[in-house]
Amino acid sequence: MALLEVQGLTAGYGIVQVLFGLDFSVDAGEAVVILGANGSGKTTTLRAVSGMIAAGGAVRFDGRSVRGMRPDRLVAAGVSHVPQGRGTISDLTVDENLRAGAYSRRDRGIAADIEHWYSVFPRLGERRDQAAGSMSGGEQQMLAIARAFMSRPRLVLLDEPSLGLAPLVTREVFDRVGDLVRDTGTAVLVVEQNANLALAFASRAYVLEAGRIVNQGSSDELRGDESIRQAYLGS
Amino acid sequence: MSELLQYVFIGLGNGAVYAMVGLGLVVIYRSTGLLNFAQGELAMFATFGVWTLHEAGLPIWLALLGGMAIGFAIGAIVHQVVVRPVGDPHQKPLAVVIVTIGLFLGFNALAQLIWGTNEKEFATLFGNSEVDVLGTLVDWQKLGALGILAAEALVFWVIFQKTKVGLGMRAVASNPESSALVGIPVTRILMIGWGLAVSVGAVAGAVWAPTPGLSSNLMQLPLIYGFAAITLGGFDSFVGAVVGGLFVGVLTDVVPRYVDAFEKMTLAPAFLVILVVLLVRPQGIFGRKVVSRV
Ligand SMILES: Nc1ncnc2c1ncn2[C@@H]1O[C@H](COP(=O)(O)OP(=O)(O)O)[C@@H](O)[C@H]1O
Ligand SMILES: [Mg+2]
Repeated sequence: MALLEVQGLTAGYGIVQVLFGLDFSVDAGEAVVILGANGSGKTTTLRAVSGMIAAGGAVRFDGRSVRGMRPDRLVAAGVSHVPQGRGTISDLTVDENLRAGAYSRRDRGIAADIEHWYSVFPRLGERRDQAAGSMSGGEQQMLAIARAFMSRPRLVLLDEPSLGLAPLVTREVFDRVGDLVRDTGTAVLVVEQNANLALAFASRAYVLEAGRIVNQGSSDELRGDESIRQAYLGS
Repeated sequence: MSELLQYVFIGLGNGAVYAMVGLGLVVIYRSTGLLNFAQGELAMFATFGVWTLHEAGLPIWLALLGGMAIGFAIGAIVHQVVVRPVGDPHQKPLAVVIVTIGLFLGFNALAQLIWGTNEKEFATLFGNSEVDVLGTLVDWQKLGALGILAAEALVFWVIFQKTKVGLGMRAVASNPESSALVGIPVTRILMIGWGLAVSVGAVAGAVWAPTPGLSSNLMQLPLIYGFAAITLGGFDSFVGAVVGGLFVGVLTDVVPRYVDAFEKMTLAPAFLVILVVLLVRPQGIFGRKVVSRV
């Protein structure tokens, strides 16, 4: 059984419908990408899954319906969402951002986890008492990822991590998240425009166009697909 | 000289009340980005709670604690039942401001309905005696007001800097959407913020009430001075509310005694402060310029 199972997902803003019945799934410990051009509905998809906007269809996490569940409850259930633009809580320090990431937890391991993430991302440790909003885009992306993992999720939703980052930094972000998937067994669903990096990172991919999934398969299959190459890989 | 000192102490004592009103305003401003025009009337209502408990036989300090609890409940309920259903204040600021004005009128009318229009005598928290400070006689009540303000400032610091709920409140003030995504129960946090605001309002009201007497108009003047205080100190700064409140208190009690032009217009210095600050440094002394989010 898939960890995240989405069927017939619809969503929109007011009278404007954006998603027209998406089916996709993510298995435990799996890295999956939804590829789509600007405006195809990637952000809307993640927002609908994590309860930030109203959605139709079925959203099941770990066999349980979570459609319309409040975001903070969903975090407690095991789904973290790194929003587009990284969602840095700018006025809090790096340390406080990480503690905020553990808000749903009641155990005593939080301080140790924060130290763990400082060892994974030493740049964050160096800046722990600095206002998070003053860091570079790449550092804020690392912070957002570490913060998402602070709730000890089983699934992380990652919205276009490449946005606004230099290619080298984007590559590093994907490398690090790839390591995390392998080392922690946490599943990651990333939505991206940057097909090159995303297909290298994920084992499976869906292609989203104008609110509909038009193609899917293993990353290797899609990399070889002629229409994908033309549309997303620039060759 | 000793006359001036006396006015300064009166001003500080009154300023402590404006600062407390300001603290409540800042709590709400930080979570909604708006001025809560109902802050004074909600505080007045909770002060009637203190009065009612005291009339029922509770010692005034216990009555004050009870009034703070009542204030907390009123604030929390107002948020859940009236403010929240209107929508996100960042999306619909005008609607929420109008709701706070409606609350202002509603709670004023409700207080008159329940407790009548006659002024009630209100017991002082610190008795009616005076104390010699640097050769000047000062009411214990004024010094006590400063002490309470100091205690409140400390409690605020502890709550906001040292507790999990405080972390949640600062997170929600900075980035509500992201706060929800990391697992902070935003609605509950906002509810606690409103509760806290009215709770400090109850204290402000109880400190203020003995002088003018308790009526439904109790907090209208302190609210205006509270606005002046946070305009000066910065809408989003607790330190600013305290410093601004004390400054406005001294300004409005001292200046009219010495400047004839202000003798009959004691509100004028406060408005001048608001005007000058808005022109020169709109974010206030301790406030921050709004930075756009990435
Ligand atoms: N808050 C919003 N209100 C109205 N329309 C929106 C809003 N956000 C996105 N849209 C529209 O929904 C469509 C999909 O947007 P989005 O999910 O952000 O795409 P992507 O993340 O793939 O770039 C676009 O046409 C966009 O204009
Ligand atoms: Mg997007």
